[in-house]
Amino acid sequence: MTSDAVEPDFDFDVVVVGAGIAGSVTAYRLAEHGLSVVLIERGDVPGSKNLSGGVLYGRVLETVFPDYLNEAPVERRITRHVTTFLNADSAVSLDYRADGLAEPVNAVTVLRAKFDPWLAGKAEEAGAFLMPGVRVDSLLTGPGLDGATTVVGVRAGDDELRARVVVAADGVNSFLAGSVGLRQKQPTNHLAVGVKAVIRLPRADIESRFGVSGDRGAAHAIVGDCTLGIGGGGFIYTNTESLSLGVVLRLDDLLRSGHTAIEVFEHFTQHPGLQQYLRGGELIEYGSHLVAEGGYPMVGEVAMNGMLLAGESAGLAINSGLTVRGMDLAIGSAIAASDAIVEAVAAGDTSKAGLAGYRRRLEESFVMQDMRTYARAPKFLERNRMYGPYGELIADVLQNAFSLDGTPREHLLTVARHALKRSPLALRQLISDGWAGVRAL
Amino acid sequence: MKPTTVPERLAVNNFRVDEDESHIVVDQELCRTTGSGAAIIAVCPAGVYSEQDGLILVDHAACLECGTCLAVAAPGALTWRYPRGGFGVSFREG
Repeated sequence: MTSDAVEPDFDFDVVVVGAGIAGSVTAYRLAEHGLSVVLIERGDVPGSKNLSGGVLYGRVLETVFPDYLNEAPVERRITRHVTTFLNADSAVSLDYRADGLAEPVNAVTVLRAKFDPWLAGKAEEAGAFLMPGVRVDSLLTGPGLDGATTVVGVRAGDDELRARVVVAADGVNSFLAGSVGLRQKQPTNHLAVGVKAVIRLPRADIESRFGVSGDRGAAHAIVGDCTLGIGGGGFIYTNTESLSLGVVLRLDDLLRSGHTAIEVFEHFTQHPGLQQYLRGGELIEYGSHLVAEGGYPMVGEVAMNGMLLAGESAGLAINSGLTVRGMDLAIGSAIAASDAIVEAVAAGDTSKAGLAGYRRRLEESFVMQDMRTYARAPKFLERNRMYGPYGELIADVLQNAFSLDGTPREHLLTVARHALKRSPLALRQLISDGWAGVRAL
Repeated sequence: MKPTTVPERLAVNNFRVDEDESHIVVDQELCRTTGSGAAIIAVCPAGVYSEQDGLILVDHAACLECGTCLAVAAPGALTWRYPRGGFGVSFREG
């Protein structure tokens, strides 16, 4: 279908709200299929309102843009994942390096204010009409054939734009989804606040400190004292000539702790155990982002008459403890959404039933399969022992193993037993957490 | 890295402040009775909210637009929406 075929009462086949990753990929694919698409973005330029920790697990993007690694402004290709239990004065790390992470490229760091304009540009090149600097205020709705509410467009100020389908890709706070009851207020244990800084650091320092070279990079995940024991963790990611760093704090635990997000962030950036990476860095940006990490239970209805939700507005995010993912799920949902819309428009049925192909495609793809796989992860990560005692226990065992002070050594198992006795942890908890971890992750 | 204060961190960002209207309005009564006032102060990374003589003060110009305050506020205690198109924070890194 071409724009010439749009009936007079529609301005476009599709209105996409939000030029983030979900929105731009959806708009691109719809335009490639010849549909008329407007992509509305409240920022002056795409990306200017968008923020992520920074790691894009980008294999799925290659299915849309096979050459994106060479075309898009990506920062570094991640070939080293380091997970650290950081205590006040000790640290234990798991350092995973593999050539297989580089070929094919598994993950890259991105800075959204640079990456998203490229992606929105691809949508424009394909024929989508980009409308930046416009905040969509509400949905235009009417009664559907089935009696249920049908979305027929959007309102921005005094302007109305009518379309067969609206794609709400307006992010984790999706006011559009909320306005028609598709998203309910989430409990605080399903939400986390990400607080992030970007600091400039010379390329040579990044390479020597993180043990990477060329276009390779490292992703560090940190738990324990760096968040003052609050559920969540810290991260340090290497960009080309800067670091992205910060904390992700589960809201229920943050509120219970009596600390403020600001205090925890400042504690993290000043932690002595991290200065080997951060020293000398010059702050160039400070930002934050609400993270929906409730997993599968947070995904509710993703379609209604005339409207689909894509990306974070559909609750698509995964915190597995080792990785925090949102952008790859956004791409996966954009692929499913655009295919379903093309099908629905061709069939002349953009009702909820006509758009049912979206949910089906989501369920068949890695998006919902991964959401299900990690469905237990949020509950597991609520076990707060993860964020304090464990790191101290492991460090205690290792201290005994490595610090040869002249006293006779004991078998590691005996050492571990003694360390566990000193720790507030019980063996029962260790076994329970271990088993829950295996099942959840 | 050097210790910084919230105002120092916000100062490196690019903001276009909407002088005509605030996108944030608090209901003082509900903020007090539901405890939402304390909660939004605790979670906001930008220090938008503060308390003075039992009243919640709002500095909407500092807002990073994450929506975390809305997530912890009791229904009705906080009216929070995105700033008008073109206003607010403009990330250069993201």
